[in-house]
Amino acid sequence: MSYQINGTTVEHDEEGYIQELDKWSEQLAEVIAADENIEMTDEHWEVVNFLRDYYEEYQIAPAVRVLIKAIKKSMGKDKGNNKYLYTLFPYGPAKQACKIAGLPKPTGCV
Amino acid sequence: MVELKIRAPVQPKEHPDPSEIPTLEPGAMADSKPYSASEEHQTAIGFPGELVDDWKERAIAKLGELVSTSRGLRVYLDTCVKCGACTDKCHYFLGTADPNNMPVARQDLLRKVYRRYFTFAGKYFPWLVGAEDLTEEVLDEWYSYFHQCSQCRRCSVYCPYGIDTAEVSMAAREIMDSIGKGQKYCNEIIGKVHKYGNNLGLQEKAHRATLEDLEEDIEDETGVTVRLPLDEKGADILLVTPSADFFAEPHIDGLIGYAKVFHQAGASWTMSSYASEAANFGMFIGSHENMHELALRIRKAAEDLQVKRIIFGECGHAWRAAYNFLNTLAGPFDFLDQNYPIPQHICEYTYDLIEKGELTFDKSQNDHIRLTFHDSCNVSRASRMGDEPGGQFDIPRAILRATCNHFYDMPADTIREATFCCGGGGGLLTDELMDLRKKGAQPRMRALQDVADEHGVTHMAAICAICKTQFAKVMPDYGFDMDSVVSVHQMVSNAIVLDGQITDDDDDDEEKAEAPGNGMDAAEEQA
Repeated sequence: MSYQINGTTVEHDEEGYIQELDKWSEQLAEVIAADENIEMTDEHWEVVNFLRDYYEEYQIAPAVRVLIKAIKKSMGKDKGNNKYLYTLFPYGPAKQACKIAGLPKPTGCV
Repeated sequence: MVELKIRAPVQPKEHPDPSEIPTLEPGAMADSKPYSASEEHQTAIGFPGELVDDWKERAIAKLGELVSTSRGLRVYLDTCVKCGACTDKCHYFLGTADPNNMPVARQDLLRKVYRRYFTFAGKYFPWLVGAEDLTEEVLDEWYSYFHQCSQCRRCSVYCPYGIDTAEVSMAAREIMDSIGKGQKYCNEIIGKVHKYGNNLGLQEKAHRATLEDLEEDIEDETGVTVRLPLDEKGADILLVTPSADFFAEPHIDGLIGYAKVFHQAGASWTMSSYASEAANFGMFIGSHENMHELALRIRKAAEDLQVKRIIFGECGHAWRAAYNFLNTLAGPFDFLDQNYPIPQHICEYTYDLIEKGELTFDKSQNDHIRLTFHDSCNVSRASRMGDEPGGQFDIPRAILRATCNHFYDMPADTIREATFCCGGGGGLLTDELMDLRKKGAQPRMRALQDVADEHGVTHMAAICAICKTQFAKVMPDYGFDMDSVVSVHQMVSNAIVLDGQITDDDDDDEEKAEAPGNGMDAAEEQA
């Protein structure tokens, strides 16, 4: 189970989450996104970059509400809502966006 | 030319029966199974990292140990007479049509092995009594089908012998863990609670930042400073709530509701970053050791923070584990105030304040919602609230009726002690089981459709983190919005009037105008 990128191999788990977080790159994000049938746009990158910044500070993905608030601030009220995030990441902003951002899957009753 | 407008005759709406028995499809779900726990997940919680070489002998020995230490389990394995009363009571059977999901058949996967090795007839005349050897094929069936039981115990309600089928599923999972065949979802999560204190892996810094963020939100919305305190030594009340309340929607709205209730009651309360999880997944895998260790975290937090009371947030199996086992696992709690239930449910707390007239609600804040209530399986069939029988059904409903003008119950054979599981309970709320989860939600979704058609119901409240996540995920497949599931304390949060609160803003009015079902005849409402 791995992604192939520029002749290198990046291992992932059964669901496509990478195992070594420091192997992430923007190119890899594109590869993971393509696997998920997502074409990365500026809006996708806005979410992914926020998740990565938040993770760097807190070692976990932000609550969905915190993410929405941040997106509202940067992209405006029309896009700062759960429904819009689901149009970007149809399987859910928390899990699918984390996968593309190279972060661990949020676990628990979520 | 005269144009004729022909109107089709009005047909009464057809409601698919939530309990409709499907045509059998043997083996339909034989390939359904959760991901296996890795060596790291297994060893972190005290189990072999992979399937041990002598797994068969060890599995049989473990089964022998379990039936000798649990009289209950032995009785459940001995007494089934195959009467068939349970066959059509399981949501997974109704949704998947796989006969192995008839509770009697699923349990028989373990029972036939028990009979072979632990009963006289099974040892000497196995062909006469349906006893079978434990083989690799049987083990694979266990792994598949004991992860198609959410331990909701609906079948047990209808069993004339009261066989607790959840105990059988738990025993099967415990045996599998003990030979190195564990399930990733539960075991990874239990490991995280041992390490971080919660299922999410949320650490103190992030926990605190999230709570501060919510405090800001509440102040922005209401103009009132409502605190969500963390690790405040000397507080009266320790709130233990599922960590999903710090992360997911609509859970987080429930957390805001608890905070507003505590604030309005003038209570001194805190959460703990050490015991930041109400859930106890040790129960799902039948592991007494893990359950015990997780429960001890709550005791330690209560002692360290020197609280007088422990209150649990909205989490179904957490309340089952706490209500039944917290005192035996982590008691005695002689250092707590004995004038209050130990532990207490947040619904009991809020209801008590409502009864005393200490909370004021503006129910019109929920007028855009026509509501029903999903009884969570573990709360319904394994616990109680308040002092009266049935309190676990009546108290949440009393809170909802106090906060919402439009409340309608789903059909009687789908609620209260007959409630259907959401389809994601018992450690099955994992993405690789999505097909099972969607099919298992079918009876509940049909019951919801019934009240949506009959009464224009738009939302369903729940008091369990698993139920809320499961419904938000599967409801779109059944034609409902993902945000039509709400927390009970979200309804409280919407309607509660805080002292000094700023009045309605325009946003609320806009939302109400957009909401479906608005303007239906209020006379339809149930008393």
